[in-house]
Amino acid sequence: MAVGGDQARAQRHRLLPALHGLSDRIGWISPGALNYVCERLRVPPADAYGVASFYALFSTTPRAPQILHVCDDIACRLAGAEELCAQLEQKLGPPHEPLPQQQSACWTRSPCLGMCDRAPAALFIAADPGGSPRGEPLGEVDRPRLEQALLSEDRPPAQPARATVAGTQRTLLRRIGKIDPESIGDYRKAGGFTALRRAIEIGPAGIIHEVDVAKLTGRGGAAFPTARKWEAVAREPARPHYLICNADESEPGTFKDRVIMEEDPFAVIEAMTIAAIAGGCERGYLYVRGEYPLASSRLQKAIDEARAAGMLGDGICGSPLRFDIEMRRGAGAYICGEETALFNSIEGLRGEPRNKPPFPVRKGLFGKPTIVNNVETLANVIEIVAKGGEAFASVGTPGSTGTKLFCLCGHIARPGLYEVPLGTMLAELLALAGGVRGGKRLQAVLLGGAAGSFLTPAEIGVPLSFEGARAIGATLGSGVVMVLDETADLGGILVRIAAFFRDESCGQCVPCRVGTVRQEELLHRLRRGRPLGSATQERDLLAQIGQVMRDASICGLGQTASSAIESALSKFEVFNRA
Amino acid sequence: MPDVTIEIDGKAVSVPEGATILAACRAAGIDTPTLCYLENLTPVNVCRVCVVELEGSRTLVPSCSRQAESGMKVKTDSARVRTSRTMVLEFLASSVDVSLADDLQRQMRRYGAQPGRYGPPAPPPKADQRDASVAGHHDPPSGDAAHTVAQPVKRDNELYVRDYTKCILCYKCVEACGSDAQNTFAIAVAGRGFDARISTEHAVPLPDSACVYCGNCIGVCPTGALMFVTEHDRRAQGTWDPSRQNKGETICPYCGVGCNLEVSTQDGEIVKVMSPLESGVTNGHLCIKGRFGWQFVGKRR
Ligand SMILES: Cc1cc2nc3c(=O)[nH]c(=O)nc-3n(C[C@H](O)[C@H](O)[C@H](O)COP(=O)(O)O)c2cc1C
Ligand code: SF4
Ligand code: SF4
Ligand code: SF4
Ligand code: FES
Ligand code: FES
Repeated sequence: MAVGGDQARAQRHRLLPALHGLSDRIGWISPGALNYVCERLRVPPADAYGVASFYALFSTTPRAPQILHVCDDIACRLAGAEELCAQLEQKLGPPHEPLPQQQSACWTRSPCLGMCDRAPAALFIAADPGGSPRGEPLGEVDRPRLEQALLSEDRPPAQPARATVAGTQRTLLRRIGKIDPESIGDYRKAGGFTALRRAIEIGPAGIIHEVDVAKLTGRGGAAFPTARKWEAVAREPARPHYLICNADESEPGTFKDRVIMEEDPFAVIEAMTIAAIAGGCERGYLYVRGEYPLASSRLQKAIDEARAAGMLGDGICGSPLRFDIEMRRGAGAYICGEETALFNSIEGLRGEPRNKPPFPVRKGLFGKPTIVNNVETLANVIEIVAKGGEAFASVGTPGSTGTKLFCLCGHIARPGLYEVPLGTMLAELLALAGGVRGGKRLQAVLLGGAAGSFLTPAEIGVPLSFEGARAIGATLGSGVVMVLDETADLGGILVRIAAFFRDESCGQCVPCRVGTVRQEELLHRLRRGRPLGSATQERDLLAQIGQVMRDASICGLGQTASSAIESALSKFEVFNRA
Repeated sequence: MPDVTIEIDGKAVSVPEGATILAACRAAGIDTPTLCYLENLTPVNVCRVCVVELEGSRTLVPSCSRQAESGMKVKTDSARVRTSRTMVLEFLASSVDVSLADDLQRQMRRYGAQPGRYGPPAPPPKADQRDASVAGHHDPPSGDAAHTVAQPVKRDNELYVRDYTKCILCYKCVEACGSDAQNTFAIAVAGRGFDARISTEHAVPLPDSACVYCGNCIGVCPTGALMFVTEHDRRAQGTWDPSRQNKGETICPYCGVGCNLEVSTQDGEIVKVMSPLESGVTNGHLCIKGRFGWQFVGKRR
């Protein structure tokens, strides 16, 4: 029978959680299990397979129930991840295959796991027939440690390490490391929920006014004015309105949102609630990347506790307002951080971005007006509502107000999460983190992540503000500051960035689906010194590939897939040195 | 409905409100390539070959799905537009067998596309390798050859074959099988990135899937990736010859709906049945009886 229509659509949004349910229990999505889910949710099996096979954390072929994801992305590559993976391959066999030593386990490579401050990093996931899988992040790993994680049976789970946080100002990070993240009482004692009370007092217009005065802009990469987004949704007559907290953080080199979520989860809940009041949203989704087991378990506990304490649900905080939050786990797809792909992911469709217009503020999740904000953007709102927009705007530069979190990683003496006022000089920030590790010379800084750009040592005087970055053709992106010392293999990093975009393209549009492949092939030719025709011809071709991806791709992934690579090739002698 | 007027390549063009830039281009007689667009399907705007330059827009925009708004200024033949269209065509032709995609070939000639400049095509991978690809993982390429979507022809039923080496992933078949026509949802896009592909659940053969053999996917496929067994076999034997074919219009005799059929015959044998897109009855879509019932005509004789 044909399965379609309203009834089926009503169930469809349960597909991704259901697929997680299968993967959590047996480690893969078997045909029988998939069919069962399809019958229950009335989703066509071909469609469900299309969704399951979209995500890197799911396997649609038999896979061992215990899997070790070893990060081989840029920051970990600088810390020797390639060599580590080569050793693993030698000792444990090829990726995805059951280990010769233990059939119930396997290993695989992974893109950035958001632990770049503790590179090289890995994530161990053990499925559990009871439905409570174990997810264990492992930092600063070496081969013996990984083998132990995979092979020894009764090993106590590693204690989650706390991130190094520092900077010249502690606003967003003021509670980090100082309170028990699982205690709502601690959060209250540290001033938690006072902003929410004030928000209820001043109402939607009052909140939007403060955020507008604060000149808060989005921290998810696009620097869009937050108040404008909220105002637009608040104005829309269609109901319901949705609020989404974008916690998919997958930009290589980025780990800022993870630290907030792990160490200050109630702040995320409080901030989401304030945003929801502003936009008239009754329902919120918190979309956390699947590789963040600690963040998602702490957030789920926080949601449950907040609800029990009357801070979520009907009549929040003693008011007549209603708002509740549902957490959704991603499943290994960078593209699902793109807001419209995120909608599709929540709706149980493939995480393919939508064409814009229509924009999310008009037609977002389930076709309704929707606010999407990054975790860090939202976290700022607490301070803005508590202390007023003007106080917030007095920090930073006139064009870039407030503080910003920067993720320092790579060859830096003290990697970690740094909070500084926007406009701080990059050189100052590097000094704050102890400078290049081991007193080596600086080769380059990757600013903004894989979708950002490389800076030369001559450019580290740049003020880290949105306009300052723009002035040198760069972007703050997600706040990545990855340091490469003089010994770093920049060409290898470029090749890894190209592979990342090829892997993470959703595949929908031709410029990106094929362009990312051609870009990667071309870089390999340059790296191996085997150009097709002359090296100049290759450079021209690369520029054209970049242009069509930038001009004709549907979404930001394709549009920025060449930016870091092009910046490096234009500023450094990358492939001509050896 | 009121008209909106936009400027295309310096000339004013008026179209009804709600019409796309593509419709305006066509009204102005401008040849605009399209691959994933079809009148009777919801626009997916994924191929990007129809892009135009819109004043004030950072990126190019897909003309097939962007509504014309009064005052828009559009360029269809700027250097940026030509580069993007040419590259899209080259990207497809360097990774897909487009030998039977006539319109795409015509546009390649028009834009001087050179798919060979990405290197020679890489040798086809092992059978089933594409269906088994894992999202987010791939083997690093050497770069010496251009990766393609080559894979063995899927021939798992008596009525039509699926030769995905010829698939440009235009999504038309998925739409035709789904809510745009057939409501069967037998096929969908699986995997992601370059490894994205049209697939049944777990890549099972068609007879094990929900397919009802309406052939609507064949009707919309622009590249010959989906093909009647009759046509496929005749092509393989070298006996497929459009110049010896006659097309006749008729009404399907099987039931009372009265679908319009366009029947192609060669050497006195029915070789293909389509339905005109413009048909008010079918919108180009048929069922198994209208599409394939004639095979029994042949067999009974
Ligand atoms: C490929 C891609 C990935 C993205 N990933 C994220 C992400 O992980 N987190 C995020 O907040 N925004 C991400 N974004 C940006 C979102 O689309 C959106 O602009 C943002 O969540 C809006 O929030 P903000 O205004 O608070 O920054 C991504 C965009 C693209 C194009
Ligand atoms: S640009 Fe890339 S990721 Fe974005 S829609 Fe196109 S194929 Fe998908
Ligand atoms: S023949 Fe019909 S039912 Fe079968 S896949 Fe094609 S459109 Fe779907
Ligand atoms: S099989 Fe044909 S219709 Fe389907 S996506 Fe491929 S090219 Fe398009
Ligand atoms: S954790 Fe490895 S690069 Fe981020
Ligand atoms: S025809 Fe417009 S994007 Fe394909």
